[in-house]
Amino acid sequence: MSDNRLQKELMGIYALWWREFKVFQREKSRIVSSIVQPLMWLFLFGSGVGASVNISDINYRDYIYPGILTMSVLFGSVFFGLYIVWDRKLDVLKAVLVAPVSRLSIFMGKVLGGCTDVTLQILILFIFSFLFPSINPRGIPLALLFLLITSIALVSLGLSIGSLLESLEGFQVISAFVVFPLFFLSGALFPVDNKLPLWLQSLVKLNPLTYAVDGVRGALLNVNSFPFYVDFGVIIFFAVIMFLSGSVLFSRMK
Amino acid sequence: MSIIEIKTLTKTFGKIQAVRGIDLNIGKGEIFGLLGPNGAGKTTTIGMLCTIIRPTSGSATLAGFDIVKNPAEVRRQVGIVFQDPTLDTVLTGHENLELHARLYGVPAALREKRITEMLELVDLQGRSKDITRTYSGGMRRRLELARGLLHKPAVLFLDEPTLGLDPQTRARTWDYIKKMAQKEQTTVVLTTHYMEEAQLVCDRVGIIDHGQIMALDAPDNLKESMGGDLVVIRAKEPPLQKIQTLPYVKDVKLNDGAVEITMKDAHLHLPELLSIIPHVECVETRVPTLNDVFIKLTGRDIREDSPEDSGSWVDSVARYRQRGK
Repeated sequence: MSDNRLQKELMGIYALWWREFKVFQREKSRIVSSIVQPLMWLFLFGSGVGASVNISDINYRDYIYPGILTMSVLFGSVFFGLYIVWDRKLDVLKAVLVAPVSRLSIFMGKVLGGCTDVTLQILILFIFSFLFPSINPRGIPLALLFLLITSIALVSLGLSIGSLLESLEGFQVISAFVVFPLFFLSGALFPVDNKLPLWLQSLVKLNPLTYAVDGVRGALLNVNSFPFYVDFGVIIFFAVIMFLSGSVLFSRMK
Repeated sequence: MSIIEIKTLTKTFGKIQAVRGIDLNIGKGEIFGLLGPNGAGKTTTIGMLCTIIRPTSGSATLAGFDIVKNPAEVRRQVGIVFQDPTLDTVLTGHENLELHARLYGVPAALREKRITEMLELVDLQGRSKDITRTYSGGMRRRLELARGLLHKPAVLFLDEPTLGLDPQTRARTWDYIKKMAQKEQTTVVLTTHYMEEAQLVCDRVGIIDHGQIMALDAPDNLKESMGGDLVVIRAKEPPLQKIQTLPYVKDVKLNDGAVEITMKDAHLHLPELLSIIPHVECVETRVPTLNDVFIKLTGRDIREDSPEDSGSWVDSVARYRQRGK
């Protein structure tokens, strides 16, 4: 690939990222709800259960903070990706897909755009971390790295599913059979240990998000179920697989 | 000089032969119209030339680049306005053009100048900061025309550019198309089923039906192939012999007391013709249209097949939303 060609592909990636960022800035209600929802989990659900439950000597509300961050990444990323079904219905993508930019670049631009949206949401949620006394602020950069890699994986997952879906009715199905199971089986709300029934334990351990939650929890609360290198390895592997399969599916999309 | 050269291009979808061997050359700077009913293969042909659809067999070059072997270059050379609106309705008019300029690699130094030029050309400078969701149908079409020409393509493809617009807006849109093609010196290839509009705009038209080109010529020549204009005159003593000798008269017939004259350019020669016929009672002229040519070639009226209402219900809802108010 010549330098000129590469430069044009990079400009294409930037163009798509730029578009997503404009859309993000414009949809203020979406930003607000993406912040309010996790805060409700933390303060309404977390405080309620936390009134009588401590885990590893940490108040329950603080304990689930890393899990709720991961949940925000999960919901934000997958639904961002699924949104291309709507774009395709409205023919918004049509003009983009005939441009002299490779499908891979279009895919990368979309992934970058989604990760930016999600990262900004997470940064806002980090501002509230001072309300959780057990959180170690020095762990924030590492937690952010974990969440960013997770976001790459999940935006790719959303785009993969979105490129296969023909209609918007699929949204509910994906929500019920992909997004919620990933969330409930991630250890976001409970510790992954031998107290869990065996069937649940196995399902949780098969879920790549479990390792994202564990990594973030390790960074912020110094509580781990798995060694750091396992968490990091699984998440990287998950992101690579999702990115590759997403770019293949996206390039085949009509 | 031909900018598009098509050699026996075909496209088969399953068992359906959408395009059955089209041969066509389109000259540089030409405004060329592909006319035909819905399902004739117009959109498929354009799709192949834009590299969106892969041909089943045959070949074509655009600006010297092969559409199968070098699709990336071909894409850089074409601008496309699709049948259904494809503007990004979350972005402003200016932002839509900005996005397009980046996707087509318009250098940053030129970008703003080009966007301003194109906005002026379609008279949208005043609305460029507004979200396109608030635009009228005609304004959206104009912005799409501006977007299609932004990167100075060699060929601009317009698929049914006036579909879904009211008659007044349609006329204005054609004016813009003509003006822009001239100013930008772009070759324009368009499809339409509005025959009357096509004959006003196109230098040459190809009439296409069932995936084949049935006729190919300038609109005036096609109309002439119908035998010329028909003038029917009722007069007391028509000098048939004398009429016959006029150079522009092709045929004279007496039919039920009326003289039926087939002739060239009735609008030019009618005064002279009438001056040699004493006691004219009444005159009627009929000028063949492209639609007449179409009926002669295919045996049916192009308007029998409406191009509206294709696709599913969800598609039409989405399209309706997109068009907005």
